[in-house]
Amino acid sequence: MTAPTASPERVAYNEEIVKKFVIAATFFGVVGFIAGTFIAFQLAFPILNLGLEWTTFGRLRPVHTSAVVFAFGGNIMLGTSFYVVQRTCRQTLFGGPTFANLIFWGYQLVIVLAATGYILGITQSKEYAEPEWYVDLLLTVVWVMYLIAFAGTLMTRRESHIYVANWFYLAFILTIAVLHLGNNVAVPVSWTGTKSYIAMTGVQDAMTQWWYGHNAVGFFLTAGFLGLMYYFIPKQAERPVYSYRLSVIHYWSLIFLYIWAGPHHLYYTALPDWTQTLGMAFSVMLWMPSWGGMINGLMTLSGAWHKLRTDPVLRFLVTSVAFYGMSTFEGPAMSIKAVNSLSHYTDWTIGHVHSGALGWVAFVSFGALYFLVPKLWNRERLYSLRMVTWHFWIATIGIVLYITSMWISGIMQGLMWRAYDEYGFLQYSFIETVEAMKPYYIIRATGGLLFVAGALIMVYNFIKTANGELRNELAFEDVPETAQEPAKV
Amino acid sequence: MNSIEAVYQWARQAWVIWMILLFLGIVFWAFRPKNKRRFEEDGMIPFKDENNGG
Repeated sequence: MTAPTASPERVAYNEEIVKKFVIAATFFGVVGFIAGTFIAFQLAFPILNLGLEWTTFGRLRPVHTSAVVFAFGGNIMLGTSFYVVQRTCRQTLFGGPTFANLIFWGYQLVIVLAATGYILGITQSKEYAEPEWYVDLLLTVVWVMYLIAFAGTLMTRRESHIYVANWFYLAFILTIAVLHLGNNVAVPVSWTGTKSYIAMTGVQDAMTQWWYGHNAVGFFLTAGFLGLMYYFIPKQAERPVYSYRLSVIHYWSLIFLYIWAGPHHLYYTALPDWTQTLGMAFSVMLWMPSWGGMINGLMTLSGAWHKLRTDPVLRFLVTSVAFYGMSTFEGPAMSIKAVNSLSHYTDWTIGHVHSGALGWVAFVSFGALYFLVPKLWNRERLYSLRMVTWHFWIATIGIVLYITSMWISGIMQGLMWRAYDEYGFLQYSFIETVEAMKPYYIIRATGGLLFVAGALIMVYNFIKTANGELRNELAFEDVPETAQEPAKV
Repeated sequence: MNSIEAVYQWARQAWVIWMILLFLGIVFWAFRPKNKRRFEEDGMIPFKDENNGG
């Protein structure tokens, strides 16, 4: 050993399992993006429902949401958490390779059972928790195994401190477990049938559903991916996080506040007023972790901004933090009741979700994947960095088309719904509002096409990288600021 | 037993205060000058396994 000061012994990390999750995430990412683009076109051109029950918007929409959140996002989370926890604890994954493989295949089975169920019309009709009781039970088993592998690695760590990324990952695993169990308390009609009934009824059921729904966003798509950010941005930028102390505050403010924000999905409903106000207050306070995370992610680059010119992978990661800041600024603003009375049930909400989902979750995931693939397949670098740049710009234009068109159509839709004429009648019929949105639906779907195209470039790049090929291309050169000015002497 | 229940009922009403105190305690812990060095070192953990192909 030449470097006795760092870690003296080599640890045999389980990287095979991370590879499997990387492949699964890439595959399901493309499937989920294509499904989303297809249903976006269905909204603009209803003929694409194809007249078949299996391909209607209502059945394909949960296929899209589950594919991107749980199949793409979930495989990213499981894979990166296994990578990060091993390296920051300098310990091999707890439970051994067979246990890890069981978690992998169990999780893929959950995805396939859920998705095929949706297409066949098997659903318990809870948003983001559509799978029926038998899939819920299987996921519970897989999730407990995941917790054992992750927490076991933490408990056998060779590092005295648990790095902050692992705190976020652990919060994600624990909270998703609690949410999943709480929201899916259901009684099957029979042991051999797929149908079940939820134990709660009425407003209690609605509140439980949105306690689950919002915290799926909060702890799956936010806390989990923040864990990813706290490892991969410092690694790719080759400098520690801007402020570790801020990360402690960021973590705890998110943990203390997020769980209370659910009622903002149920404004102006049968939910008691005090609960609505409570949800609003906690949602607005979420600006605190929003700014904490954004400052910490972006300022890690302070003094090294020039790296963005030469490193498109870092560009993905840093842009994702900018989108995180933007969408988590927009979220609390939309949770103010007065704003929500305009935005609720409109496309504005869809635009908001996608600025977070495409800009934050997908971009930070792409950054992590581009970081991981050459490392896991033992390549010197990616096949092509120029292609990463192409992916970046095509996807960014796609996102901008998506969110700007949804802002315009959503606000227009909200204003049309609440417009009254001089006699106090509603000025527009519902179908007129739908008609007015058609051009924006087409723009949105085009944005989706661009996002898919970017992802396909990534897949090509990964296949070439895994094959060990290097594209013959001009390297990105870092031109110092002074060299760009004309010579003065 | 009744008095314990009374204390519990009283403490329950003020849960938001206890949570705020706990959070402020964490803020104090994080920004205490004595802990500055330790947190700076903790931030270096991702770079510790570099001779391991990381």
